[in-house]
Amino acid sequence: MLNKKAGNGKRIFLRLFQYILKFWYLALIALLFSLLSNYLALLGPRYLGNAIDAISSPKGVQMDIVFTNFIYMLICYSISAVVSYLLTVIMVQLSQKITYLMRKQLFENLTVLPVSYFDTHPTGDIISRISYDIDTVNATLSTDLVQVLGSLYTVIGSLYFMFIISKPLILVFAITVPISILFTKLKAKKIQPLFRKRSRKLGEMNGYAEEMLSGTKTIGAYDRSVIMTQRFDEKNKEAVDAYYDADYYGAIIGPSVNFINNLSISLVMIFGGILYLFSQNGTVLAGSLWFITLGGVTQFVMYSRKFAGPINEFANIISEFQSAFTAAERIFRIIDEKPEPADKQNAIAVTNATGDVKIEHVNFGYVPGKTILHDLNLHAKPGQTVAIVGPTGAGKTTIINLLMRFYDVNAGKIFLDTTEIEDITRDSLRGAYTMVLQDTWLFYGTIFENITYGREDATMEEVVQAAKAAKIHSFIERLPDGYQTILSDDGVNISKGQKQLITIARAMLPRSPMLILDEATSNVDSRTEIRIQEAMSALMQNRTCFVIAHRLSTILNADTILVIKDGNVIEQGNHTELLKQNGFYASLYNAQFS
Amino acid sequence: MNFLYRYLNPFIPAMILGLLIKTAGTLIELALPYILSYILDEIVPNDGRLEMIILWGCVMIACALIALVCNVKANRMASKVARDTAEEIRHDLFYRTMTLSGRQIDQFTIPSLESRITTDTYNVHNFIGRIQRLGVRAPLLLLGGMIVTLIMDAYLSLIMFAVLPMIFITVYYVSIQGVKLYTKVQSSVDSMIRVVREDSRGIRVIKALSKIKSEHKRYDAVNKKLIHDEKKASITLGFVNPVMNLLMNLGITFVVLLGAYRVIGGQTQPGKIIAFTQYFTMISTATLSITRIFMMYTKSSASARRIAEVIDAPKDLTLKSISEFPPQPDSAYIVFDHVSFSYNNSKDNLTDIHFSLPKGGTLGIIGATGSGKTTIINLLMRFYDVETGSIRIEGKDIRTIPTQDLHSKFGVVMQNDFLYADTIAENIRFGRELSQAQIERAAKIAQAEEFIETFPEKYEHILSQKASNLSGGQKQRLLIARAVAANPDILILDDSSSALDYKTDANLRNAIAQNMKTSTVIIVAQRISSVMNADLILVLDEGKIMDMGTHEELIARCNIYQEINESQMGGCFVE
Repeated sequence: MLNKKAGNGKRIFLRLFQYILKFWYLALIALLFSLLSNYLALLGPRYLGNAIDAISSPKGVQMDIVFTNFIYMLICYSISAVVSYLLTVIMVQLSQKITYLMRKQLFENLTVLPVSYFDTHPTGDIISRISYDIDTVNATLSTDLVQVLGSLYTVIGSLYFMFIISKPLILVFAITVPISILFTKLKAKKIQPLFRKRSRKLGEMNGYAEEMLSGTKTIGAYDRSVIMTQRFDEKNKEAVDAYYDADYYGAIIGPSVNFINNLSISLVMIFGGILYLFSQNGTVLAGSLWFITLGGVTQFVMYSRKFAGPINEFANIISEFQSAFTAAERIFRIIDEKPEPADKQNAIAVTNATGDVKIEHVNFGYVPGKTILHDLNLHAKPGQTVAIVGPTGAGKTTIINLLMRFYDVNAGKIFLDTTEIEDITRDSLRGAYTMVLQDTWLFYGTIFENITYGREDATMEEVVQAAKAAKIHSFIERLPDGYQTILSDDGVNISKGQKQLITIARAMLPRSPMLILDEATSNVDSRTEIRIQEAMSALMQNRTCFVIAHRLSTILNADTILVIKDGNVIEQGNHTELLKQNGFYASLYNAQFS
Repeated sequence: MNFLYRYLNPFIPAMILGLLIKTAGTLIELALPYILSYILDEIVPNDGRLEMIILWGCVMIACALIALVCNVKANRMASKVARDTAEEIRHDLFYRTMTLSGRQIDQFTIPSLESRITTDTYNVHNFIGRIQRLGVRAPLLLLGGMIVTLIMDAYLSLIMFAVLPMIFITVYYVSIQGVKLYTKVQSSVDSMIRVVREDSRGIRVIKALSKIKSEHKRYDAVNKKLIHDEKKASITLGFVNPVMNLLMNLGITFVVLLGAYRVIGGQTQPGKIIAFTQYFTMISTATLSITRIFMMYTKSSASARRIAEVIDAPKDLTLKSISEFPPQPDSAYIVFDHVSFSYNNSKDNLTDIHFSLPKGGTLGIIGATGSGKTTIINLLMRFYDVETGSIRIEGKDIRTIPTQDLHSKFGVVMQNDFLYADTIAENIRFGRELSQAQIERAAKIAQAEEFIETFPEKYEHILSQKASNLSGGQKQRLLIARAVAANPDILILDDSSSALDYKTDANLRNAIAQNMKTSTVIIVAQRISSVMNADLILVLDEGKIMDMGTHEELIARCNIYQEINESQMGGCFVE
């Protein structure tokens, strides 16, 4: 398990690197600019040195040389400023391109995940991944990576010069650098789970916050804000503690690496001094590998400080890299989540289905071994209405899930116009249905946009007509902005019934051959329900309808009533036939008069 | 940033201690190069004794060790301050969010509140930690460098300091822009979160309508907008670094040129200029670090501002004085005294609502979708304040009753009500001090016992998010159990049995009538059968009371009531 996780780190790094490679031209330009700006950073001081030499020259101040170098410096520093600004711009471009792509991939994969994913994963956690986690990766890519890349130049350059000056002294680094790498690696490995925990806890806290935010009114009504805040405090404490833990153990890395570097410099100093003394008193001869001059020691020390600088910097931001890695891990987990299986290669797109639906010997369960539907058979002819009736948990909504292929059957077949639905593209299959659900869903947008959601080319007249038929027009008209009023799912000033009427208006626009009504009017009062009955009948006309309802009025006129109990169709027929059977349906029917 | 100061205030001693330790560590670390140059310049060439080199080498190592200990300690202290501050801010923010009025929540919007609780507090947390870690070395270098150069040659250092005002102006201007831009970024984050949140919740509808492509487009638009804002903010802030660098470098360039004239004039020595340039490099490095801190500051102050907006939002529904709304000698328990109200101050949502209800009585409210039934409940529970008229409980205007006292009277099931991922028992208990017996009794009254018993874990069964694994009727029964569990003075059921079948609904009404005798009950319903036994039934239409009375009276004289009655030959057939 541990090994696997360690391997993951490398894979994540490679994957992040692939994102950079996708925009290799930007990365290349950035690298070139970074080299250029590093070069300019060295060039400026050289002119400065020339000027100072000219000032301190034994011949007196040579003003012409000072002036020439002054001009060079002006030019050099100006170019350097422009280059480093351009570098920033390019790096921002690069990191934003990657961020954009990651967000896009994450979201798009999210939308093709099976419906069940959303039933089992807290929305708040998903949100935390698409906002906080991607931000974290982005911050590292845009600032820390440039810093590291830019300093690589200095590290390699200094190493080269140190090598030239004295090979024996470099042995000090041959010992301390691996130590600091090993130390960092070991520590990082230990701390990595802490960062993972930090991201996870933040996600959990977000999940809790998101859940409670949708219940503010109830919490207010029961005056539970104090206790709910106490519970939030627990999650909050876990989140900040996880953050602190990662920080606490991470805090040791930077200063420790600094220490090791300081130690190296001290050792270089000591050994360099010793070598110099030996070179002075002739123990070590000139030309020998061990020989060193005073200037050599000074320069070596200077370069080793240059060499250590970026390494210190890197050690100080290693925790940023670690949190970016964990964040990336969480992002990739959604991107890698298995989407709904792809359409078959030769899947056809149905364009004008007649609406003939046949279910043959279907078995289905959400979890293996727990079958919910047993050997279901049904034939709905075009234009027929099928009512599905039965106690809770009997599998009514499951049938809808199968018809629309939110889930695939375990055994048996479902046909639409004699084509097995597994051979039909999901988009076109779902497009053949219009659906009104008990759980209304409105998105942040105008009422007009919400109604035209199922058919974007609908005109204003059609929308008004649909709203009138759904008896919601006069309500909309009374709003200050009418059809342009912005709605949202959380809006407090719109009742559940009104929301349902808007979704009914929405369903009136598409011209699909089949209709699913899952408790479509459960929140509408009965008088309004009767007033929209005409519209509902029009909606149902010439369409194959699957209706889940608990109101008798909706069920009475159905061509076929499926009575489902415990996953089995126990009775099937129209109202009169079923009453005659005097079975379960009849007992339900009679219960309401008792 | 006043806001942050408020929260950092209690930690100032700890912060100062941490900063002192950090300063000590930094100073010792800064001493290392001086020891180094001392060894190089003095010990090695002049003294030449091996033991001296080793001794001074060991002094360096000791210094490095002290620096290590100080830095680790200071970093940990900084993390602790950051943790405690963030915890406190988040606590206050969450609590304030939970106590915002409906109107305020509408204004902020839930996605925005959510991102404030998480990303904004995270930004602030991050900032507080980092500022303490990075905020010592750079200012120290800057200050030290400036003092040393000033002592060395005041004239030359003034040239250098001439660029400081320009740096200040740049930073100031960019900072103002930056805070604005990052505020914009955060509000784009809100929009992005909104889309993700909506789509996670509405995934079935989206798939059913094959709207995935168009959702991608909708998301793409907010994603692009966010990227655009982020780019603009980053690039604007990225301007500071090169400009500061350039200004500092120009400073030194002029120091060299003018220094040359001064050397000619004999006012200064070449050696000083050399030393000057070295200190100058130090100062530039320091300014670069300061730029980084400044960028963090800009980003987090945009976040801090957003958090402060919520925490400091004015209390919407404040407690009013008895002198303003004096108690009335009502004989009834609940009185609506000519109440009118409008949500958006345009058209009345309720007009002249006037009725009274005795203690222990039952009120039924019936009417079409959008007729104002729920608004009456919203006003009674004081989610909104009435515009004219008054609402009184036991003669006291509800605006003069502390919210806590007011809400403790109620047990309520609302529309769009809320169940969460926890055990069934906890969803009924809802954080109150209720015994298991009370919970089970409540479940029994709410007709929920039967289905709860079918779960293997019974009351300990854990619900999924939004209780998506329960049917509509099961959810309603749990909510009713929650409402009756604490034996409230006033029980409000707002359309809370619409998904129950007739038989269960009837059993529920009987159970409430028998077990909740002392409670005053208000039932908002669409079904006549739900309200027909009430002592008083209000028939609402378009925000007005069309008629009120008992079932018998209304059935005899009220047109609308008769219509509703006729429309309900069949109600809930089966759940």
